[in-house]
Amino acid sequence: MSAGADTALEVVRAGALTTVQDLGRLGLAHLGVPRSGAADVDAHLRANALVGNAPGAATLETTATGCALRVRGEAVVAVEGARCRVSVGDVPAPWGAPVRLRAGQVLEVGAAVDGLRSYVAVRGGVNAGVVLGSRSTDLLSGLGPAPLRVGATLAVGSEADGEPAFATMGALRSSVTDGGAVGLSGAAVTEMSVAHHAPAVELPLVLGPRADWFTARALAALDGAEYVVTSESNRVGLRLDGLPLHWARAGELPSEGMVLGAVQVPPSGLPVVFLADHPTTGGYPVVGVVTHEGVARASQAAPGSRVRFAIADSRAL
Amino acid sequence: MSTREVRIAPVGDDALLIEADSGAAIAPWAAHARALHDDGALHVTDIVPGARTVLLDGVGGPQARDDLAAEVAAWDPRAEEATGGPLVEIGVTFDGPDLRSVAELWQVPVDAVPGLVCGAELTVAFCGFAPGFAYLTGMGRTVPRLETPRTRVPAGAVGLAGEFAGVYPRESPGGWRIIGTAVDAVLWDATRAEPALLAPGTRVRFVEAGHCA
Repeated sequence: MSAGADTALEVVRAGALTTVQDLGRLGLAHLGVPRSGAADVDAHLRANALVGNAPGAATLETTATGCALRVRGEAVVAVEGARCRVSVGDVPAPWGAPVRLRAGQVLEVGAAVDGLRSYVAVRGGVNAGVVLGSRSTDLLSGLGPAPLRVGATLAVGSEADGEPAFATMGALRSSVTDGGAVGLSGAAVTEMSVAHHAPAVELPLVLGPRADWFTARALAALDGAEYVVTSESNRVGLRLDGLPLHWARAGELPSEGMVLGAVQVPPSGLPVVFLADHPTTGGYPVVGVVTHEGVARASQAAPGSRVRFAIADSRAL
Repeated sequence: MSTREVRIAPVGDDALLIEADSGAAIAPWAAHARALHDDGALHVTDIVPGARTVLLDGVGGPQARDDLAAEVAAWDPRAEEATGGPLVEIGVTFDGPDLRSVAELWQVPVDAVPGLVCGAELTVAFCGFAPGFAYLTGMGRTVPRLETPRTRVPAGAVGLAGEFAGVYPRESPGGWRIIGTAVDAVLWDATRAEPALLAPGTRVRFVEAGHCA
């Protein structure tokens, strides 16, 4: 099946913050353009794969409270990333599996019960305007489409390059008899978990390039240190509260290039983990860089939840 | 002339930082990396110059990163590589609210500031803060930032801070001392083939378009 040219999504409920995201604007950092793109890239890719989209097709990234969309024409959608209740009208639908929508039906993406950001892929991709090669909303620079608003209509594109991953009857039956384990076979999320009582999420971190700006005591404490994710956190970075990491020297670091996952430490000592919309250069020292899998976890860490740094093999030169 | 004295450090699993002791010393490395990339001989996602550094990001994982570090250590960029950028002239009306404070800091008459600014041969060292915001070196004089940043600086404002000069590509908050307004220069246009007027390595000369001090 191909995505209908007339397919569109009408925003019934925009949620706290829902943005269009793809793989971002790589290759422009030297001009001051942030990478942007899905904060949890792996979840974005899984959502696209479920509906048979190309990896770079744009998805919708929700924040904490989900969103609701009414379909014009027919659509195949899938919700990945933060687990949440999914329903079509009043009928529960699987999370983490493709779902067919008929004309006029409303997809309800519920509040995140485990994590922060859910990704809604629609077969064909969200066809928002391309800016500098990407449809991503960059909240630091203001590039890309505006966050979703109630009543807005999103066109659906033609970036499907495979088939939706509908479970076969056999797979569906075994998933049900196995107790409905989540995954590609899909599962309805029916119970709320309490994220605040969950153990701290581990963020593996490679020390450097400015570890020498910190006291030996700060570096020793960093390994295993727990921090609370503050409500100041956003797509730019995870702002943490906990043990301050004191500088070992005075002065200013001349501005230098910043990477995704960089743990930048301002004079307050309270670290910031850079996420997708991070600035391209910065003048505070980076004590270490969170690994790819750590960035995915950090992007799903809700305000009030806890994270713990774990110094990983530096694989030094 | 050779400029070999740099340090090379890993940045996480997927990037390298090349660091020199000064902006002048790192510029040839930034230009060399960009030239190699344009020739298809350097496979990284981003080359991000800083004040004294060049970040090579998206190198392809730890093994590729370590291999690249060994390659970079063998680079021998020549100082001349940093001087071949295109020249952009920007007309400036010297009508900024901080013209007088800059004159006082430089201990010159107010009407001497435009000549000093326009006489400098400037180069874009790096970009940051906002898309198309270029940090220009070569002024040869410094001024401290404003103690209290302005909540609103108009697009086109020409400012000075530290050793740098810059032009605000769009309205934003800012702590630079504003000495004038760029005339007819579009610093940033995302729909252009080259969205930033002032990419790293670009040489810049300010030209006096008027004087209302």
